[in-house]
Parts: sequence; C-alpha cells; structure tokens
Amino acid sequence: MSRLKPAHWFGLALVAIALLALPLVLTQVGTAWVRIANFAILFVFLSLGLNIVVGMAGLLDLGYIAFYAVGAYTWALLASPHFNLHLPFWAILPLGALLAGMAGAILGAPTLRLRGDYLAIVTLGFGEIVRIFMNNLSAPFNITNGPKGITRIDGFGAGGVNFSTTDTLFGIAFTGPAKYYYVLLVLMLLVIVVNLRLQNSRIGRAWVAIREDEIAAKAAGINTRNIKLLAFAMGASFGGIAGGMFAAMQGFVSPESFVLHESIMVLAMVVLGGMGNVWGVIAGALLLSFVPEFLRYTVEPAQQAIFGRLLIEPEVLRMLIFGAALVLTMRFRPAGLWPESRHKREMGERRA
Amino acid sequence: MREVLLEARGIGKRFGGIHALKDVSLTIRAGEIYGLIGPNGAGKTTFFNVLTGLYSRDAGEVLFAGGPLELGSPHLVARAGIARTFQNIRLFGNMSALENVMVGRHVRTSAGVLGAILRTRAQRAEEAAIRRRAEELLRYVGIHHRAGDLARHLAYGDQRRLEIARALATEPKLLALDEPAAGMNATETAALRQLVEGLRADGLTVLLIEHDVKLVMGLCDRVAVLDYGEKIAEDVPEIVQRDPKVIEAYLGGSVG
Amino acid sequence: MDILLQQIINGLTTGSVYAIVALGYTMVYGVIQLINFAHGEVVMIGAMVAFSVIMALVGMGLPLPPFVIVLGGVLAAVPVCMAIGYLLERVAYRPLRHAPRLAPLITAIGMSIILQHLALLVWGRDPRAFPQIMENASFAVGGAAISSVQIAIILLSVTMMAGLTWFVYRTRFGIAIRATAEDVRVAGLMGVDANRVIAATFTIGAALGAVAGVMYGTYYGIAHYTMGFILGLKAFSAAVLGGIGNLAGAMLGGILLGLVEALGAGYIGDMTDLCRWPVFGELLAERCAADGHVVLFGSNYQDVFAFLVLILVLVFRPSGLLGERVAERA
Ligand SMILES: Nc1ncnc2c1ncn2[C@@H]1O[C@H](COP(=O)(O)OP(=O)(O)OP(=O)(O)O)[C@@H](O)[C@H]1O
Ligand SMILES: [Mg+2]
Repeated sequence: MSRLKPAHWFGLALVAIALLALPLVLTQVGTAWVRIANFAILFVFLSLGLNIVVGMAGLLDLGYIAFYAVGAYTWALLASPHFNLHLPFWAILPLGALLAGMAGAILGAPTLRLRGDYLAIVTLGFGEIVRIFMNNLSAPFNITNGPKGITRIDGFGAGGVNFSTTDTLFGIAFTGPAKYYYVLLVLMLLVIVVNLRLQNSRIGRAWVAIREDEIAAKAAGINTRNIKLLAFAMGASFGGIAGGMFAAMQGFVSPESFVLHESIMVLAMVVLGGMGNVWGVIAGALLLSFVPEFLRYTVEPAQQAIFGRLLIEPEVLRMLIFGAALVLTMRFRPAGLWPESRHKREMGERRA
Repeated sequence: MREVLLEARGIGKRFGGIHALKDVSLTIRAGEIYGLIGPNGAGKTTFFNVLTGLYSRDAGEVLFAGGPLELGSPHLVARAGIARTFQNIRLFGNMSALENVMVGRHVRTSAGVLGAILRTRAQRAEEAAIRRRAEELLRYVGIHHRAGDLARHLAYGDQRRLEIARALATEPKLLALDEPAAGMNATETAALRQLVEGLRADGLTVLLIEHDVKLVMGLCDRVAVLDYGEKIAEDVPEIVQRDPKVIEAYLGGSVG
Repeated sequence: MDILLQQIINGLTTGSVYAIVALGYTMVYGVIQLINFAHGEVVMIGAMVAFSVIMALVGMGLPLPPFVIVLGGVLAAVPVCMAIGYLLERVAYRPLRHAPRLAPLITAIGMSIILQHLALLVWGRDPRAFPQIMENASFAVGGAAISSVQIAIILLSVTMMAGLTWFVYRTRFGIAIRATAEDVRVAGLMGVDANRVIAATFTIGAALGAVAGVMYGTYYGIAHYTMGFILGLKAFSAAVLGGIGNLAGAMLGGILLGLVEALGAGYIGDMTDLCRWPVFGELLAERCAADGHVVLFGSNYQDVFAFLVLILVLVFRPSGLLGERVAERA
C-alpha cells in the first residue's frame, strides 16, 4: 500500500463532500433523481458482487438477479404484514445474504466441474425457476402472494430512525430517499473495500488464476472446484444483500422485478466497465444506470417532436443499448472501457 | 543407493482407440534427475498428465514419498509435493510475473476470504511472506527484473523460467518439466541446464521430458524411454544410448 | 379419457419440437464447442415471421387451403432465420473464435437481447394469436385424441430428422461437418473449409429452428417475443440430456423431455395433493373436506421439469445419454 500524498487527501475529501452533498442537491432538482441515484448505487453494489464471479473468477453467471430476488423476498417475508413478522435489518440482511449464498452454492456445485457454458445456461434457467416459484407459491399455502407480490414492506430502520419519512436535521430536510442514499453509500463503500482487498489476496489471485487458465491453476495446487464455488456463493450473497435493500426501499416486491433482463443489465455493466477492475465496474454501472435515465428524458420528447408519436419506448431502447454494449465491448474492447491493469499497479509499487 | 521417491506401477491410459500408455512402471529416486524421452506421440506428456491428476488413468498406481498418491485431484498431487510445467507453456497471462509465482504459494498457505476482507494480522503476515518468497524465486530463476510485467508480455525463455518459478513456489519434492528447452537457443539452453543442475544441488528431484538428446544425456542420472506408450528402456544414459531398441524406436519413428 | 395416453401424445408433439430446436444447439456445439445462446430467439423470430405472413395471407381473403397458408409462413420464416443464423455466426462467434471462451458467450447473450427487443419493436409487446385456420380435426386413438396439428407436427419433425441425418451422413458436405466436429485441424488438413462448415451449421440449425418456431406457434396458437427464451432453455436441456454434440442424442433428448414434461404436468398435481398423503391428509382434513384437494405443485410448475432434468443430467451423467466423455486436452 502506498502512502497517500496531501494532494490525494485533498482529492479524496472533495469526492467525499460531493458524495455526501449529492442527495441534497438532487432533492432540489427533484426527488426522482435521488431515487435514480439510489438505484445507480444499488447497481454499483450488484455489479461489484457480480464482478467477483464474472470479472475475477471468469464464471458467467446469468441468473444473478435470482439471488437478488432471494434477498428481496427474504426481507419482504420477514418484515411485512404478510406473515406479520417485523424482524430488524441486522437479522434479515445477513440472512438474505446467507440464503442467497446457499442457493448459489447448491446451483453452482453440479456445474462448476463442467465447462463454463453449462454454468451460464443453468444460472439462466435458475432465474426463470425462481420466478416460477415466486409466481406460484401462493397456493395452496400463501407464501409469496403470487404475481400480486408483497406490499407494505417495512423500510430500513436503525437507531430509531425511520428511513421512509422526511426528517429535519440542522435545518436541512432529509427525505426518505435521501436517507436511503446514505445507507446505500455505506454499503457501497463496504463492497468496494471487499472487492479491493480480495483482489490482492490469496483467494482473489486464485480466482484470477482460474479465469486465466483453469488447468494451470489446478496444477499449481488450487482446488478449483471449491474456489469457484466460493466465488459463486460470495457473488450470490452480495446479490442477496442488494435484494434486501431493494425490498426495503421500494416497500413492495413482485416477481416482475426479477426478470432476466435485470441480470443482463448487471452483466453489461461489469463487461462494459472492465471485468475484474473495480473502478471500471463502478464506472460501467454508473454509466449504464444514468444513460438510460437520461434517454428517458430526451428520447421520448424527441420522438414525439419528430414523428409525432413514440416509435421506440425508452425501455426497449435501454435493452437494445445493453445488448449492443455486450456485443460491441467484446468485439472491440474485450477488457472493457477501463481494463484491469494488474501490472501497472505492481510497477507503481516498485517505484514508490 | 538413494531412497525411492516415486514409484509408478503399471500405468495405463487410453484415448478411444489410442493406447497412449501401456503398463508403464518406473522408479525415481530422491535427488536424481530422471529423464523421460521418446519419439513424438510416445506418451510422455500423457504420463505427466496422469501423474499430476489432470487425466484419469485406466490402470496402475503411484507411490510417492512412501505413501499412495491420490491421482484423482490435481491439487492434492500438488500438495503431496509434485509440481510441473507444461509443454506448451501455461501461464496466467494477464497476471504479473510476480503474481504468477504468488499463485504457486496457494497450496502452502491458508488465508481465507474473511482474513482478506478484515486484513487480519495473520493474513497480512502471510501475504508478506508469500510476496517475499515469490520475489526470491523470481530472483532464483533470474527474471526478477520482470516481476511487474504481465506474464504474456515476457519473452519466451523468460516464460519458461517463470513457469518453473511458479512450480517451485509449491515447494515440490519432485519437479516435472515437460520439454523446458523446446524452442530455446543454445545460450538459453545452457542457462536452463545450469538452473536444473542448481535445483538438484539444492536437493530437489527432477523428472525431465526432453527431446534435446545432448541435454538429456548430459544432465540426467537415469533415463527411461517410451515408445508407443510402452517403456522400452530404463537405465543410465550411457547404456540407454546404446540400446538397440531405443535406436530402432528413434530411427524407425519420426525424428526424435 | 385415457390421461396417460393423452399425455404421451401431447408429450410426443412438444418433444418433437424440442428435438428440432435441440438439433440446432447440438450441431453448433458439435463443431465449435460453444452454446449458441441466441438460438431460442431465432426460433421465436421464425414463429413471428410466419405469423405475419399467415395473417397477411388470411387477410387477402384468397381461397387458399389452410395447409398452403401455413406453408407460406414456413417458406418465409426459413430464409429469414437462416439469414439471422448466418449473421449470428459472423457477428457474435467468428470474430471471437480465438478469444477467451467467455467472450463469444457474452456476445451471444447480447445478440439474443438485441433480437428479442427488435422483435418487440416489430411485433409488439403483446402475444400474437395465430388465426385458427386449420380446422382442428381430432382422431380418437384408444381413449385419447390426437389432433391433425399434432399429427402434422410429429410427421414433419420425423421427416426433418431423417433429412438431416441423411444430409450429415450421406452427403459430402455432411461428411465435412462431421470431420470438423471430430477435429477442426485435421479436417482443415483434408481440405475442409472450417469457416464454411461452421457458418453452415448455424444456418442449418436456424432453418430447423424456423420450422420449429412455426410448429410451436401453430400448436399453441400464440407467439410472443419472449417465447424463445424458455423454449431455447428446454431445447438446450434436451440436447444435454441426449448428449450435446450428438445428433441422435438431441432427437432422443427432445422426445424424452417432451414426455417427461407432459407426464410430469399430468401427474404432479395428483402426486403432490396433500389430501392423498397420510399425515398431511389428517392435518388438513378440514381443507380437504372443503376443497377436495390441497395441491402443493400443480401443472403451473410444468416449466420446472426441463430444468430439473438438466440439473440431474449434469450431476449424474454430464455426457448425456448418448454422448461420450471427452477429456479436455491438458
Ligand atoms: N486429450 C487427448 N485426447 C486424445 N488423444 C490424446 C490426448 N492427449 C494425448 N493423446 C494422444 O496420445 C498419444 C500420446 O501423446 P503425448 O502427448 O503423451 O505424446 P508425447 O510423447 O508427449 O509427444 P510429443 O513429444 O510430441 O510431445 C498421442 O497419440 C496423442 O495424440
Ligand atoms: Mg509431449
């Protein structure tokens, strides 16, 4: 670890202040934008979770959103009037992570000794299976409430603060979404630290080694099956945590929120940003979170103005962009817009 | 006579119709350099792959360091103390040279996910030790100046050395090298020879596949010859060299 | 009515469709050892194109026999899908043939998302209902019924399977395909143009997929821009069940999967009816008396079977029923 210079500290402080002030500024523009920022952070979180699986270990997980669903439903069922349970976040969030991680391990176990394509297709299928269960586990016993979903889910609450209402502190009004912003920010910092630390650890190196050459990794003494399973379960548990936060923030979950396209979106963020590179993934997630929102506000009026009607819905355009991002990145910049640079870091350290 | 380190008994391996290994038995003694030669397609690499657990075997067993060797899982073979290099170099291309060697320490270290996330004292100490050892090994094979470069950017000869360093990082008792001199020029080959002799001097046992007859004959204490999956000779180089069966295999088959 | 026989007939019908789609996966996998993730979308587009053509033909009000109208749909769908299959290979696979394995999988996923949403743009978000032009005559077979559409699907599928088998085993080009599947390098040495062969497997697979799409659409009377996803997943499971890369395996796997699914859907409700179970029956006596049964998993779980089959095969016999184990070269 190199020591930070004063200039760095100053830069960091600026970033920190900007991040802290952002929701207050956005609130002025419109609370909708705070929500958008929250979802962007949630996607950063999800992307960094998936980065462990896809970016570091090179395992193509296409059902990531299913683990998100596991986390979301864990929260929804344990903190809502549905079963009249209202457990606190510190109990549900880890439980959601655990359940999602277990689901990941169970799913990964049969496929991880096979070629990567099988994992991809099994995870793809799993996403669909989870949705079928969410949709149908309302009869004969009502567990998930079916397609109607679960409503009136408890928000996040800690230290007597209710995160769903507006509070005023030092004369500044903090709306519900603004408060969630700070919780998500903390979680995001956490996942960034986890990613960075894992990247340069014994396990992280084993993941990258497997991605680079599985046979050589085996011969070098890595128990590839267990190490892959670990990556897979870890990624899944991050999905579980994000899902829990999603449920808390929305106050409502239904199977519709967990479709395949969401998995593809997260994958596109990781791929576009740069598989394996934490900062690249973050940038990819932010970019692909904001661009569609931006389009939503521009493309629709533009089409109305030019054609007099809506030709391409923003939703469709968004998915087309994600698809194109996957294809074009792989074709022209397979390492992503901000590639992982393992050697540069080493060189910098040597000079320092 | 030195003690036996590895004893392979009746190893057999088929690929569909091809009988790549037929009842191959051989004995390697601690501290020696043991050559494995034979014409192209004789089954040398296949023997390595079976020995290191990458291929399942159809028959036979291996005793290593006094106990049976679990051939099912490559990582257990590595843990038992067998490390290898590959004929067609297999490095972790997008990792630095140093990191490649650090990966080799995996099997001798233990830090887990939690240790890494929390940066526990034990984890940091272990990580520092891994790095130190990896740097030492890079120096040992003579490519320390390339530590920070991506493996795929190294010159061919350096890649071969890096692969050896990675193998050494697993603290093997037996180092198996699959044609380490292939594609090297005379100078590089001479340097490699020095490196391997140094390894023996440091007490390591080496199993060497090599086509360069001069290198094998000069370096090895004993040599086994494979032909069409069968061991046709095993002895000190001087005797093997004059064995009519060996001469026949090399002249009858493709050029060795 | 004989439920068992009926479900077998239904299973054979959907199974034939799965088999035809599975052939597309297996052929591509055979030559390049990659899953063509976008194959399901090709099938969907086949159904959609046929739908449009059939609607147009019906709309013209010509006195054409229904058979000719559907044939028109097929004849339009096949070339469109072949073009898409070819395009897929050129865009998503060929440029990445020497890239890490992850790369073509990711582009293929991207292509499949793009195709799906282009279809959405063209055909809309709502399911499109095929016009009921085939008078659905059904024939009684030993206590069950088989409809003319079912007969047509099964016959057509068998014909296509036979045709493909003939093509692959009896023609020069078919032999080139098999040689490439065996070993690309050796095939190249024997003068086989690998690029042509690979492109051909994509296009042939797509042509089969197009027909499968039309069959599926006419059978269920509906086409939707997302239908390719689950259909593709099932067909892939079928291919793995039979042994991926193996033509006969894909056919067998498809039929078996169709049967498993139909029989599963037919009986799972009865089997998981808690009222028929000793302990639960007593626990739930009141509800059982009121509703007659308390079904844990009904036929709405039908889509789960393919997935279960896939997982079970991967756990117990990853090489599939007819596939052989090949070691990865170290
Ligand atoms: N994974 C495999 N699948 C099928 N056949 C194989 C496989 N690996 C090796 N073979 C075959 O087994 C035989 C022995 O091959 P092997 O690579 O062990 O020879 P070798 O002695 O190392 O030759 P070379 O000197 O050329 O490296 C050859 O006929 C080869 O084609
Ligand atoms: Mg060899």
